[in-house]
Amino acid sequence: MTPPSQSRRGFLFRLGIGLNVLGAALVGIPVVGYIFGPARRRTDGQSWIGLGPIGAFPAGETRLATYENPVRVPWDGATAKIACWVRHIKGERFQVFAVNCAHLGCPVRWFAQSRLFMCPCHGGAYYEDGSRASGPPPRGLFEYEYRVRDGALWVRGGQLPTLSRPV
Amino acid sequence: MSARGLGPVRSTLGWLEERAGLGGAIAPALDHPVPRSTASWWYVFGSATLALFVLQVVTGICLALVYVPSAEGAYQSLLYLNFQAPFGWFLRAVHFWGSNAMVAVMTLHMIQVFLWGAHKYPRELTWIVGVFLFLCTLGMAFTGQILRWDQDAYWGLGIGASIASRAPGVGDALVSLLLGGPIIAGRTLSRFFAVHVFLVPGILIGMIGLHIWLVLRIGINEWPMPGRVVTRETYRQRYEEEVHKDGVSFFPYAARKDMVACGVVVLAVVLCAVLFGPFGPHGVPDPTLIDTAPKPDFYFLALYALFALLPPWTETVVILVGPVLAIGALFLVPFIAGTGEKSWKRRPVAVLGVLVIVLTVTTLAGLGVAVPWSPQMEAWTAAATPVRYVKGRTPLELQGALVLQNKQCRTCHSLGGGGGRRGPALDGIATRQTRDQLIRQVLQGGGNMPAYGKNLSPAEVNALVAFMGTLRP
Ligand code: FES
Repeated sequence: MTPPSQSRRGFLFRLGIGLNVLGAALVGIPVVGYIFGPARRRTDGQSWIGLGPIGAFPAGETRLATYENPVRVPWDGATAKIACWVRHIKGERFQVFAVNCAHLGCPVRWFAQSRLFMCPCHGGAYYEDGSRASGPPPRGLFEYEYRVRDGALWVRGGQLPTLSRPV
Repeated sequence: MSARGLGPVRSTLGWLEERAGLGGAIAPALDHPVPRSTASWWYVFGSATLALFVLQVVTGICLALVYVPSAEGAYQSLLYLNFQAPFGWFLRAVHFWGSNAMVAVMTLHMIQVFLWGAHKYPRELTWIVGVFLFLCTLGMAFTGQILRWDQDAYWGLGIGASIASRAPGVGDALVSLLLGGPIIAGRTLSRFFAVHVFLVPGILIGMIGLHIWLVLRIGINEWPMPGRVVTRETYRQRYEEEVHKDGVSFFPYAARKDMVACGVVVLAVVLCAVLFGPFGPHGVPDPTLIDTAPKPDFYFLALYALFALLPPWTETVVILVGPVLAIGALFLVPFIAGTGEKSWKRRPVAVLGVLVIVLTVTTLAGLGVAVPWSPQMEAWTAAATPVRYVKGRTPLELQGALVLQNKQCRTCHSLGGGGGRRGPALDGIATRQTRDQLIRQVLQGGGNMPAYGKNLSPAEVNALVAFMGTLRP
């Protein structure tokens, strides 16, 4: 009389597979979510950040400003700090540029004498208004949205500016 | 030692063998016959790569005992390793030089097996696994550079993210996935640590096992003879015959040279470590310190140079399609040329291909060292104007020399060998361009030069051009 025991063995075998698939799914789905979580597009990365009173940025000049990254974890250390170039045109008109080159993200430097931003990596150059002057960058510098409120300059930042996500 | 002195050792080994049976399992692998022709110095690179991998694992585990994988503490812990932990500097140095050596020796191995036709039938899978190993090793090199959490690491991540961002549609998500968040920060380093220390090494160990298993199972590639064509029907039988007629047991006849090579590469790494010491960390990874010119380690210098030299409009395509094509080609090699002639003497296309690739990569890497396209940011204050260019000049011309200096023309243009090489050297410019051409070039720029029209007064332009008009050989 083999049929009953055979069907029991078949059942156990299927149960074994089923339980393991269930277990793998119950662990696997959260694992995938955990790993790929950061890739989900969220807008909360961006927020308004104060760069201080506009008096710190003389009109007609371009200066480096730094701020603390709004989305941070306590162990970010020095990398929580971010720099940006603030160009005060006049009055309440500003331009705030990311330091990251539009080519491959190296930090561009401002040269007041030749009124150019220059990139050390592959020699990209930008004019003072951020537009592309020469070299490999495919576009001008990334520009932050800004706002002047109660005599202070605010910018909207919090993510690494890249071609697919320009600030 | 006398035979009697060996008694206890022998009985202990016997005890172990009776239970574990490892000797019985390994002995056939060691004794397996290989073609006599493979006991060659050309066949040692694979074992040498393996020896370097073991060295990397050992030193890597040691470094992980002290290294702090947090954005806040990593840099300090590297300094602690360099200066305080006993032999910390040495282990860091060996790990660094070992990684360089591993990439280099592995590349030699790859070139050797390709030229000797070892990717052909029936060793296609061995080659494919080898390509995986190569890619994983480059992955280790890149992630390892990031763990050196200094300015180069920070901006290197910026470059990696910028490259990823060019992927159509998914660029944005890829960047966040790579960085573990919207920006390079604490979570980024932790990700790269896990990848460098757990994920890729795990894959590597598994793949190395498979690679060696395949080598043992199919046999080491015999020394290729011109005219001895590989066909699926006859190859294996012929190989077996050769091995039986004229084979030697792998250990110790062929293994002797491998052992010497392993010893030599490890000693070379140790020597480099002692002579040159650990590499970095360079500047603190503070993104607000922007006076930095990030540069990758040598294995990525060629890529770095390529990004500077590609015409901008080709770039996104090359960045996206290039790696797919290159890696795809590597995987397809055994299917494109899986049979036929094995000897490099009868494979001109293969030899030429290797030569072209090697020359291109080394030339690009050489350019990556010299960086002729990088502006010399200090030249305007640091490079002197050659005396012969100021002697006997009029005040207007001298004024022009000052404009040239102060407007930072020398960031890109050299004079008397000092200054950037991005633009043409200005020595002798007067013989190449007329006054009007010079004025137009300065005001409107063009051909990779920014326009200075808005930035120079007419008087300044006048003086500058007057000065340049005197620059003759
Ligand atoms: S990153 Fe600036 S030019 Fe390439």
